[in-house]
Amino acid sequence: MDSDEDSFEMDSGNVSSGDDDDFAMDVMDEIPPSHERQAESDEYHYEVLTTDEIVQHQREIIDEVKGVIKLQPTVTRILLNHFKWDKEKLLEKYFDGNTDEFFRGAHVINPFNKPANTNKNKNSKANTAEECEICFSQLPSDSMAGLECGHRFCLNCWREYLTTKIVTEGLGQSISCAAHGCDILVDDVTVMKLVHDGRVRVKYQQLITNSFVECNQLLRWCPSIDCTYAIKVSYVESRPVRCKCGHKFCFVCGENWHDPVKCRWLKKWIKKCDDDSETSNWIAANTKECPKCNVTIEKDGGCNHMICKNQNCKHDFCWVCLGSWEPHGSSWYNCNRYDEDEAKAARDAQEKFRSSLARYLHYYNRYMNHMQSLKFENKLYASVKRKMEEMQQHNMSWIEVQFLKKAVDILCQCRQTLMYTYVFAYYLKKNNQSMIFEDNQKDLESATETLSEYLERDITSENLADIKQKVQDKYRYCEKRCTVLLDHVHEGYEKDWWEYLE
Amino acid sequence: MSSLPRRIIKETQRLMQEPVPGINAIPDENNARYFHVIVTGPTDSPFEGGIFKLELFLPEDYPMSAPKVRFITKIYHPNIDRLGRICLDVLKDKWSPALQIRTILLSIQALLSAPNPDDPLANDVAELWKVNEAEAIKNAREWTQKYAVED
Repeated sequence: MDSDEDSFEMDSGNVSSGDDDDFAMDVMDEIPPSHERQAESDEYHYEVLTTDEIVQHQREIIDEVKGVIKLQPTVTRILLNHFKWDKEKLLEKYFDGNTDEFFRGAHVINPFNKPANTNKNKNSKANTAEECEICFSQLPSDSMAGLECGHRFCLNCWREYLTTKIVTEGLGQSISCAAHGCDILVDDVTVMKLVHDGRVRVKYQQLITNSFVECNQLLRWCPSIDCTYAIKVSYVESRPVRCKCGHKFCFVCGENWHDPVKCRWLKKWIKKCDDDSETSNWIAANTKECPKCNVTIEKDGGCNHMICKNQNCKHDFCWVCLGSWEPHGSSWYNCNRYDEDEAKAARDAQEKFRSSLARYLHYYNRYMNHMQSLKFENKLYASVKRKMEEMQQHNMSWIEVQFLKKAVDILCQCRQTLMYTYVFAYYLKKNNQSMIFEDNQKDLESATETLSEYLERDITSENLADIKQKVQDKYRYCEKRCTVLLDHVHEGYEKDWWEYLE
Repeated sequence: MSSLPRRIIKETQRLMQEPVPGINAIPDENNARYFHVIVTGPTDSPFEGGIFKLELFLPEDYPMSAPKVRFITKIYHPNIDRLGRICLDVLKDKWSPALQIRTILLSIQALLSAPNPDDPLANDVAELWKVNEAEAIKNAREWTQKYAVED
């Protein structure tokens, strides 16, 4: 494995010393400090990395570990990947465990067990012909290659094998030896030596970088569409991070920043909303089956005398007891007599379904309503921009009209917070603190709606000064109420006020 | 179709010259990538005495991707479904280009000797195999007699 060293250097390029600190500051500067919450602005350091910086960061970690255990970078990379790029864990396992087991677990041949004469053997075989087990060709030994496990195949077959794995199966870090039942992993230097097609090499490098980011707890790709930046933090915590592309998201779950609700409840909520089962809940709560032909029926009027609309059925029955209508005669109260325990249980279950559905829909509708309103954000920014130009024609300076943009910023922020308060509230058990929370929520919601109304109102030269004062007062109020609400929820997290329903 | 790779030609020749006991694979007259396969049921298995027909096709990128194999004869087996599709790791993620038609067919023959109801493809069969193995084996024998024994 002596010659590998050169090719690695060739591929790795120059590792320049990092100027991470300046970089982090640049990023921090880009975050508009004005409308961030107080608690958010307390220090949470993170960096936005470009693809090149990610690759460089990866090299730095490899170099660090390599400095402690004297191994080739390419083996170090496989080991690090096995330990999800947690170098402490890797070193700990390396120093306190069985070395053979350590390497076997990472699907690497223990480099310290290598017989000293491997190279001699290879050289002495150089002139004899070998058969490639894949293409069945007889070839001289120098046209054959293999990993440390000793399974050798011809260069062409290797190339084809790796290309298939990379391009068709999208595998990078986890390609194993081509031999059946051999789980020794193919290292990056070998891939680069054997594969010459530029597109395949680029794809391989992308896959390697991707698995580095995906495995590394301290890194997360920006989830925004087509964004190639990743965020790097120094410790994992549910905090808002803002990518260079402008997208702001929660580092832990990757969703839009969702204060005050916690990641795990939001995840549950999103799953619930996506889940078709809510449709079936609705069907269960609002429909019954015709007792004769089983067609699903929705009752849309008050009369309990049902006549099945299925033309082949036309069954007459009672909606309440599902018995035939005939014995009910003139007074349907007769159906009380069918009211046995079983029927009652069934009705109770249906009742429970209905009320839990109503509860869900209550929160869902409000959540969706704020989400929809947020989606109009862009439209609102455009219309506000028009208004700002209009106002400048009414003898106001550029500086003087900036309050409108600020108002929209705050409106959006409040809507986003409100949206997630409904997720929080859905899972919340009622107690004194939850009632204070609901009051805060109500207050913020009505103030936000008023602000929204102001912003959509026509601005004329007459009411200009008046409107400015009103808008400014309102957004300041909204901003304050938003802070109060979030602080209250955070205090509750600290003091364990919140109890959950599930 | 492009000319046949050396690997397929060689493999076919070797299959003809050194056949595996209990396994017979003959390429189709019109398509050298399509094989008519016959596997005899292993002794001491519920498939003993049965002659099972299979089809085997070598896809364009063979041997980089696995051959496609399917039972044509109906068989009562937890890892083989009603359409004859086979659940076997070496035909899926454990495929290696160093494997061959010969090794794959041997694996299938071994699967007949050792059904694996914990990794089922035919759910009802696997269920019975776990709950009442004697009954499942009886069914497998009956199916073998009914569908895999020529009169």
